Amino acid sequence: MSLRLFLAVVMLAWATAPLAGEARVAVAANFTLAMRALAPRFEQASGHRLVVSTGSTGKLYAQILHGAPYDVFLAADRERPRLLEKAGRASGRFTYAIGRLALWARQSEDPQAQLRSGSFRRLAIANPKTAPYGKAAIQVLRRLGLYPAVAKRLVIGENVGQARQFVSTGNAELGLVALAQVLDTTPDHVWPIPPMLHDPVRQDAVLLARGRRHPAAVAFLEFLRSEAARRIIRQQGYATAGNHPRDRP
Amino acid sequence: MNPEWQAVWLTFKLALSTTLILLVLGTPLAWWLARSVSTWKELVGSLVTLPLVLPPTVLGFYLLIALGPEGPIGGLTESLGIGPLAFTFPGLVVGSVIYSLPFVVQPIRNAFEALGDRPLEVAATLRSGPIERFFRIALPLARPGFLSGAILGFAHTVGEFGVVLMIGGNIPGETRVLSVAIYDHVEALEWRQAHWLSGGMVLFGFAVVLIMSLLEKRLRRIGA
Repeated sequence: MSLRLFLAVVMLAWATAPLAGEARVAVAANFTLAMRALAPRFEQASGHRLVVSTGSTGKLYAQILHGAPYDVFLAADRERPRLLEKAGRASGRFTYAIGRLALWARQSEDPQAQLRSGSFRRLAIANPKTAPYGKAAIQVLRRLGLYPAVAKRLVIGENVGQARQFVSTGNAELGLVALAQVLDTTPDHVWPIPPMLHDPVRQDAVLLARGRRHPAAVAFLEFLRSEAARRIIRQQGYATAGNHPRDRP
Repeated sequence: MNPEWQAVWLTFKLALSTTLILLVLGTPLAWWLARSVSTWKELVGSLVTLPLVLPPTVLGFYLLIALGPEGPIGGLTESLGIGPLAFTFPGLVVGSVIYSLPFVVQPIRNAFEALGDRPLEVAATLRSGPIERFFRIALPLARPGFLSGAILGFAHTVGEFGVVLMIGGNIPGETRVLSVAIYDHVEALEWRQAHWLSGGMVLFGFAVVLIMSLLEKRLRRIGA
């Protein structure tokens, strides 16, 4: 192959990248498992392909602001998608899931009693500054009146996924994590936090500026609104808009 | 104390403790690696160098498991009544000692190797015992190696990030070191603070490299 032809091929590959039918999705860490259930359904039905990156909502937001090549953003809050929309970098915001916290103990059969009695060394939460589930966790502790007592025993995961991992490796006895993350564990070790103890974690999705050109991104968001997808999301431990006890649109 | 200075102080404390521990543990290790004729030598030498090539995530992952209540180190500290080490300052010291090991041991080993047998043999003919030879001949002659080992170990620990992020738990005053504080500020879009800390790190790093090269030059002149 002549050099000129080779260069032409490279340029062409460059110009069409990413391949048509591929969407890059930035997903808040708490939604990782649900995304794993959703993605194959969407890919089978549509023939498009999804490339998924996970992280804390705060980190993903900062990356998107600085030109990270994502097409869709599934955040864990409403604030960051709203800010992206305001900055003209995103559009079509809607709530795709409403999350709930759970207290997860690796060993105790009664996590709630363990938390209240203070018989633990470490309580893992997500970083309240960057992760909405971390913010909700602080809310729960304050409303239970336990915050001053446990503040010194908090260990902060970079995102809610790391908070869960601290508990599963046994390095923290308790963790305030997303209910969706602990659905597959022993139910006795999980205390689903009553909805009145924290504001519902409304999670918004947006189409990012880069995604407007990609049919796969638009199709994925459409799929996310479908009843089929909403059913999967509910099975994964979330409520969907209109299905939450405290949801008044 | 304001949280930024707290992170600076904590990082300094971590780097200092790590360097001191590594100098104490690393010196006999480097001596053995330099002088031994054992077949195990290269095997141990490779183990010591390993943290240099491993991604910090590998160390972090294994440490997280090892420090947990079911891991070997966690089991030991638990039975000693110290409790688990993850998310504690001593836990970070354990991680940093492993992480910075090659940076301290290697320069000292090189210095010991460069000594050769001759000065020690001469001292032996003057009836100096092995311990006296080590402290009065080998240690002073290997001073440049100790100096660069200490500086490199200190600086490398200051620059540690991945391991701390994985086993630290971001606790202010306990495990929230400079690199993690910067990461946190950037994520939270608190750029003013991130700029202050990052700028300080750049100056610090530059000073370390400069001092290293100046010292090396001076020591070479003395040696010549």
